[in-house]
Parts: sequence; structure tokens; C-alpha cells
Amino acid sequence: MISVESLSAGPLFGLPLSEMWFGLIFTLLATFLFLDGFDFGAGAIYGLLNTDREHEAVLAAVGPFWDGNEVWLVVFGGTLFAAFPAAYANLFSRHYLLMFGILGALILRGLAPEMYEQRHDERWQRAWSVAFVAGSVLAPFLLGVFAGNWLVGNESSVSLIGVVVGFTLTLLTVVSGAAFLRLKAPLDLPERVSTYGQFAVVGYLVAVVATLAILAVRLPSGLLTLLHPAIVVLVVTSIGLTAGYIVAMRRGESLLALGAAAVLTYGLIAVVGIIMYPAIDPATGATISETIVSTLPLNLMSIAAALLLPLVASYFVVLYSAFSGPISPEEAY
Amino acid sequence: MVDPLIASRLQFALTTIVHIIFPVMSMGLAPFLIYFTWKDIRTGEPVYEQLRRFWTKIFAISFVVGTVTGIVLEFEFGTNFAAFSIAAGELFGGPLAVEGMMAFMLEATFLGIFVFGRERVDDTLYFISSVAVGLGTWLSAVWILIANSWMQTPRGYELVTEGGQTVVKLVDPLAAYFNPRFGYMFVHMQNAAVESVALFMAGIAAYYVFKHHVRGIDVDNVNFWEMTLKIALVALLITAPFQVYQGDMYARSVAETQPQKFAAMEAVWETDSYVPEYLIAVPTNLDSITDPRAKELFGIGIPGGASWLASGGDPTAEIRGLNTFESQAPPVAIVFWAFRAMVGLGFWFILLSFWGGYRWYKGQLLNDGLLHKALMGSSLLGILAVELGWIVTEVGRQPWVIQDVMKTSEAVSPGLTGTEATISLVGFAVVYLALLGLYTYVITRVIRNGPPGREQLRERPDRTPMLDTSAAGGTDDD
Ligand code: HDD
Ligand code: HEM
Ligand code: HEM
Repeated sequence: MISVESLSAGPLFGLPLSEMWFGLIFTLLATFLFLDGFDFGAGAIYGLLNTDREHEAVLAAVGPFWDGNEVWLVVFGGTLFAAFPAAYANLFSRHYLLMFGILGALILRGLAPEMYEQRHDERWQRAWSVAFVAGSVLAPFLLGVFAGNWLVGNESSVSLIGVVVGFTLTLLTVVSGAAFLRLKAPLDLPERVSTYGQFAVVGYLVAVVATLAILAVRLPSGLLTLLHPAIVVLVVTSIGLTAGYIVAMRRGESLLALGAAAVLTYGLIAVVGIIMYPAIDPATGATISETIVSTLPLNLMSIAAALLLPLVASYFVVLYSAFSGPISPEEAY
Repeated sequence: MVDPLIASRLQFALTTIVHIIFPVMSMGLAPFLIYFTWKDIRTGEPVYEQLRRFWTKIFAISFVVGTVTGIVLEFEFGTNFAAFSIAAGELFGGPLAVEGMMAFMLEATFLGIFVFGRERVDDTLYFISSVAVGLGTWLSAVWILIANSWMQTPRGYELVTEGGQTVVKLVDPLAAYFNPRFGYMFVHMQNAAVESVALFMAGIAAYYVFKHHVRGIDVDNVNFWEMTLKIALVALLITAPFQVYQGDMYARSVAETQPQKFAAMEAVWETDSYVPEYLIAVPTNLDSITDPRAKELFGIGIPGGASWLASGGDPTAEIRGLNTFESQAPPVAIVFWAFRAMVGLGFWFILLSFWGGYRWYKGQLLNDGLLHKALMGSSLLGILAVELGWIVTEVGRQPWVIQDVMKTSEAVSPGLTGTEATISLVGFAVVYLALLGLYTYVITRVIRNGPPGREQLRERPDRTPMLDTSAAGGTDDD
């Protein structure tokens, strides 16, 4: 059996655990931004649709999934806390009001569909529709503001880079949302949902370029950092994926388009991670090796994550296969 | 502007006091839902489908509100108590992360199937989903209570000073996670949740049973409400006595491991032996409400009762007084009265359960109007008792955030300004009041609408033609 002594002596199997946790945390963030991203995007598109039937189709499509998707945020927060407690505490308290803004948006977005179902009069449903759209747009925007400030190490939450990354993320969620809705409600929603996605992806590319331009100026070693080969590859791939997304949407290959959106999301967060490495909190300059917890809890957490995350993935397989194929509004309970 | 420390404490108190309502509902409903799902699948009797669908709806709404309020709490450790999070992150972060991966994930994914998927999956997977959801809610309690009980009785750690900061290092995970408090806390909390939900169900069901059987007003689906009442009463008969029995052992564990808190619960200032337990404490003047002192209270006390509670059976045992501790005493009045109220409620629930059980035994459960009224009036008291218990636990631990290790005053985020803290506090006060109002409104509507009518139930292949005709008699525009 593994003893406490052996778990305290050094990292499991001599693995570079702090680097792996750094990677894992960004992977969890990206998973959240992709999975809940298509729910957010669906919520934004909801605001562009008109009829009750279309609205209910959107709610039915996200209904079974959003809760599971949102838990990735909780897991992201929890793992950041567990692996890099000082980074978690300093980041969250530094952007105090911003964090509560994000929470407010998530509250609106979470409550709205449940409340919408409860009454069938027009004013009630209109109010909750507004809440749903507002929450769905604000949540990724404010999360983007947070990510932008985190990346460049801003002390203040209000900044140009924050706003630009906010727009970038919001557009990206619309990209995923459009593909998701075409997949889940192809007959209940109009063709133009596909057009929204295509516009959004072009807008996304523009926003990414703007972000990179600001970073080139803002980062200490600016352009040099951005010319990191991995970043160059990711940016070129993103351009290719944008084109691929548009083609797939036009051909009605929604699943392929959703896949492209997924890779775009992971790619974006990978760029963030690569720029930040080896710092975890650029504002204080704290690096991952300075903030990582000690060996024993790190090993324990690694074992827990190695056992649990594959299990979690299997839950998602069960859920998404139970609800494979289109979901009709009649299925909402 | 409110001082950041005070504002953070108030805000944390407010947000947890609201949050706990929803986990209590979902953890308490979980065993009932598993039972209803099982019976629905096995017997195919319509009433079980009604039970499952009606209570699942209440569960789903509670879960959503539980989720949005829970994420707030998790963030607050970082936003408001950054110094605490840095110092205790090694011990505290792990359980929260595992809670997310192990419990919330299980619950949230299978809830999608449980709520929306009855027509999409077969009976087996559907039943598994109900179990997975229930297990998920209970596992959340395991991990969050590991974190909390460690703050009450910290073990398995070492204090290390790093760069001028004292931080907690984990040295013995088993001792830390299965600390002396954890087992008591988990059992007491989970039983409280089931008891509270049983009271809630019984109260609502009693209203409809009363209306139908006592007042003679026709109620739709009255057998659904009768069934709810009986099932709730069974649960109450099991949980109510057990809660008090186990609470007694729990109190002993507090006396051993947190003597200062125990002294506050009993308002003992001077070390004394043969201390009575005041079941009913009557304040003789205003001062004894705001500053209760065991010696000066007029009440019905069990002689030696508090000593007995503290020592596990010895009425002459000594209880250490609050004056003997170096650190300042917790707010005694809050702790003392909250504890009395919780214990009082615990005994009242036992009485209620025996009364109901007796009338049922006599065959008069359905027409004892006074019993129905008592149940209706008690429907929210379980949740009240839970709130009171948590207030004893958390306020009684003051001035410590980690007992004897870290003071609450050192826990707050260093950079936090009074302005920021006040803005968020006011914001939360408004949003959470609205949230509670909304939840109450929606749940009341669901209860008013009652269970789905027979004509809305699933097709039953084995349904007899006779039942079919009677079902077709109803209108289908509902
Ligand atoms: C239905 C709810 C309910 C009822 C009837 C009771 N309790 Fe309780 N009690 C709780 C619900 C609760 C709780 C809210 O669930 C707490 C807060 C923390 C915990 O683990 O349980 C709690 C805490 C709590 C504590 C505080 C422990 C600490 O500071 O860590 C003690 C000593 C007791 N209880 C003892 C009792 C006794 C002796 C009772 C009856 C005679 C009783 N409880 C009835
Ligand atoms: C959900 C049920 C809970 C309720 C109703 C509750 C209630 C409270 C209250 C009233 C306070 C303020 C005490 C004071 O400052 O005087 C408080 C503080 C606090 N609680 Fe809880 N609590 C709950 C659960 C938890 C859990 C599970 C944890 C940890 C995992 C926790 C951690 C804390 C912390 C860190 C503080 C702030 C520091 C302090 O004031 O001691 N609480 N809680
Ligand atoms: C003060 C400390 C607490 C924190 C930080 C906290 C954190 C959270 C979080 C983040 C969620 C949302 C999970 C999701 O996305 O699905 C949640 C929900 C939940 N929490 Fe808490 N929680 C606290 C106190 C408690 C306590 C004391 C209990 C019960 C023992 C509890 C039981 C639950 C349950 C069962 C859920 C699932 C949602 C529901 O069923 O209502 N929590 N909590």
C-alpha cells in the first residue's frame, strides 16, 4: 500500500506534477468555456429569435445539459484552490466586484429557464427571457474580462484588454451555440441561426487579432512571446478552423462545426496558458513552483483527479448519448 | 461604509443561511425520490408516478437555486477570506475540488436524465439515474462537511511559517479528513435533512387532507396527499427520535473538543460542577435575553443535566466557564438561545411524530383536524432547526475561524476595501431576498397545481380497460 511517507517524499512517479496541474486547470477552464459556452451562445441567439416556439426549442435543447456543463466552472475553481491556493485567493479577491458580477450573471442564466417554465403568461415569460439573454451574454463577457486581466496581471478589473477578451469569448460562445442549436433543434429553428454562427466566427477572428495586437504592446517581451512556435501554430490553425466552420455550417454539418468550435476554444485557452507560463498570477509575478501546494496534498489530489475525471467523462457520455439527436420542445417537462 | 471584516462575515452568514435551505431540500428528498422511482417502475401504480413527478419538480427547482447560491459560496472563500484560503488552502481546497469532481458532477449530469429523460432511457438506467442523483447530493455533504468539521476540530496538520506567513501543512490526511467531529456532523446533518423534508411533506399533505376530510371540500388526487402524509409520517417516526438521541452524543463531542463553544451553548461563565440543563429558560429581564448567564436564569432545569450532557452521564461533572479561556467569548446570547430553540424543536418533532403515529394506529389519521393543523404549522420548522443548528456551530466557534489555530479577524482578504465589501453585501441582501421570494412563490404554485392528473400520466400497457374509461372522463386541455 501507498503510505503517507511515500506520498510526502516526492511527486508520484517523479512526474512534473505542478506543470501538469497548471495544464489541467486550463483544460478544465477550456472545457467549461466550450460546454457551457454553447449554452451561453444558445442564450444569446435566443435573444435574436422571435416566436415562442423558437424560444422553447432553445430552452429544450439546453435543458438537460446546462447544469452538468456549469459544474466545470465549480471544478475549475475548486482545483485552482486546491493546487494553487494563493493564486486562487489573490486573483479572486483582487477582482472582487468582477467576481460577483460573474456570479450575478450566472444566477440570472441559471434561474431563467426554470422560472420561464413555471407560468404561461406573457409578461412573466418576457421578463425571464430578458434575464436569460442578459445572463447568457454577460457571463462569458465578464469571464473574458477576468481572463484578460489575469493574463496581463492587471490590478484593476476595468481595462481595454479585459473588454476585448470579453468580446472575444462572447463571440466564441455564439459560434458554438449556433452549431449546437443547429444540431439539437434543426427543424424548430430557422436557417438564419447558421448565419449568426458564421458572422460570429468572423467577428471572433477579428477580436483575436485585436487581442494579440494589444498583448504585443502590453506584455513585457511583447512580440517575442507571441512568436512562440506553439502560439503561431495555434493562430494559423484557428484561421483554418474558422474557414472550416463556415463551410461545415453551410453544408449543414453541424456536428463538424461544433467540433471546430471546440478546437477553437481549447486553442484560445492554450494560447492564454502558454503566454502565462510559468507564472500563475502575473500581477504578483508568482510562479507555479512558488504557489503549488506541498507534495502530499498534491499527490493525493493527483490520484483523486486521475480516478475521478475519467469517471466524470463517462457520465457525460451517458448523458449526451441519452439525449443524442434532436430534442423537441415537447420534451421540456 | 461597513468594515470589510464585518461586511464579509455578514455576507457569508447571509449567503450560507440562504444556501443551506436548498441542499436540505435536495438531500432530504433524495431517499424519497429513489423510493418513488423504484415503486413506480416495479408496481406501475399511478400514484407512485404522481409522487415521483411531483416531488421531482420540487427537487429540480431546489437544485437550480442550490447551484446558483452554492457557486457564490465557493467563490467567497477566495474573494472575502483570501488570508484564510491561503493559510488553509492545503487542507481546505482539496475537499472542495473533490466535491466538485465526485459529487456535483454525478448529481448534475444524471439529473438531466432524471428530469428530462423518462421517455428516452429504459427503466434500469432511469432508476440508476435516481440513485446517482441522490448519491451525488449526499456525497456533496460528505466533502463540504469534511472541510467544515476540520475547521471545528483541526487535526493532521502542522503549522509552518513561510515568508512571514503562517500556513497549515497537511501531514496526516486520514486524521485531518476523518477528524473527531466529522462523523457526528455528517450523521446529524443528513438525518436533519430527511427530517426537515418529512416535516415539509407532512405539512403540505396535511393541508389537503384537512381540506378534504375535515372540512369536506373536494380535493383532486386526494389519495396522492394521503399517501404523501403517511410516507412522511413514517420517515418522521424514524428520524425525529434518532435526531435527538444522536444530538446528545454530538453535544458530548462538542464539550470534549470545543469546550469554549459548549460553555457558550450553556451560558456558563464560572467553572462549575453539577450544572443544570435548562430545557425551558425564562428570561427574567431584558438583560438575561441579551446576556444570558446560566446561574441567573429562571427556568425549568434538569438538575445536573448540562454536566450530564458534557460528560456522557455524570451529573456532577465540571464544566469549564467562559471566563477561564484566554480568547474572547463568542456571542453567548446567540449561541445559547439558538441551541435552546433547536433542542426544543427536536423534542417537539418527536411529540408530533408520536401523536401522528398514535392517531394512525387508531385509524384516525385522516380526520384529526388538530393534528393536521399542528403539522401544517410545523412544515417549515425543520428547516428553521437546521438554521439554528448551523448558527450554534458557526457563531459558537468565534472568535476562531479554525478552532485555536486562526482567528476570524485574520482571515479576511487583506486588500478588500470597505466600499467593495459594502457594495457586495447590499447587492446580496437584495438579490437573495428576491431569490427567496421567488423560490417561495414558485414552490407555492407547484403545490397549488398539485400532482399531474391521471390523464397526464404515461401510457400503462397493463392498464385495465375499466381504468381507461374512467381516465378518459377527464378533460385533456389541462
Ligand atoms: C431538524 C433539525 C435539527 C434538530 C431537530 C436538532 N438538530 Fe442539532 N443541528 C442541526 C439540526 C438539528 C444542524 C443544522 O444540522 C446542525 C448544524 C451543524 C450540524 O452538523 O448539524 C446542528 C448542530 C448541533 C450541534 C452543534 C455542534 C457544533 O457546534 O459543531 C449540537 C451540539 C446539536 N446539534 C445537538 C442537538 C440536540 C441535542 C438536539 C435535540 C435534542 C438537536 N441537535 C436537534
Ligand atoms: C450551510 C450551512 C452553514 C451555515 C448556515 C453557516 C453559517 C455561518 C455563519 C452564521 C457564519 C458567521 C459567523 C460569524 O462570523 O459570527 C459563518 C462563517 C463562516 N463559515 Fe459557515 N455556515 C455553514 C456552513 C459552512 C461550511 C460547510 C463551511 C466550510 C466548508 C463554512 C465556513 C465558514 C467560514 C470560512 C466562515 C467565515 C469565518 C467566520 O466568520 O468564522 N460554513 N457561517
Ligand atoms: C459554506 C460552504 C459551502 C460551499 C462553499 C458550498 C458550495 C456549493 C456549490 C459550489 C454548489 C453548486 C454545485 C453545482 O454546480 O451543482 C453547491 C450545491 C450544493 N451544496 Fe453547497 N456549499 C456549502 C455548504 C453546504 C452544506 C453545509 C451542505 C450540506 C451538508 C451543502 C450541500 C450542497 C448540495 C447537496 C448541493 C447541490 C445543489 C442542491 O442540491 O441544492 N452545501 N454547494
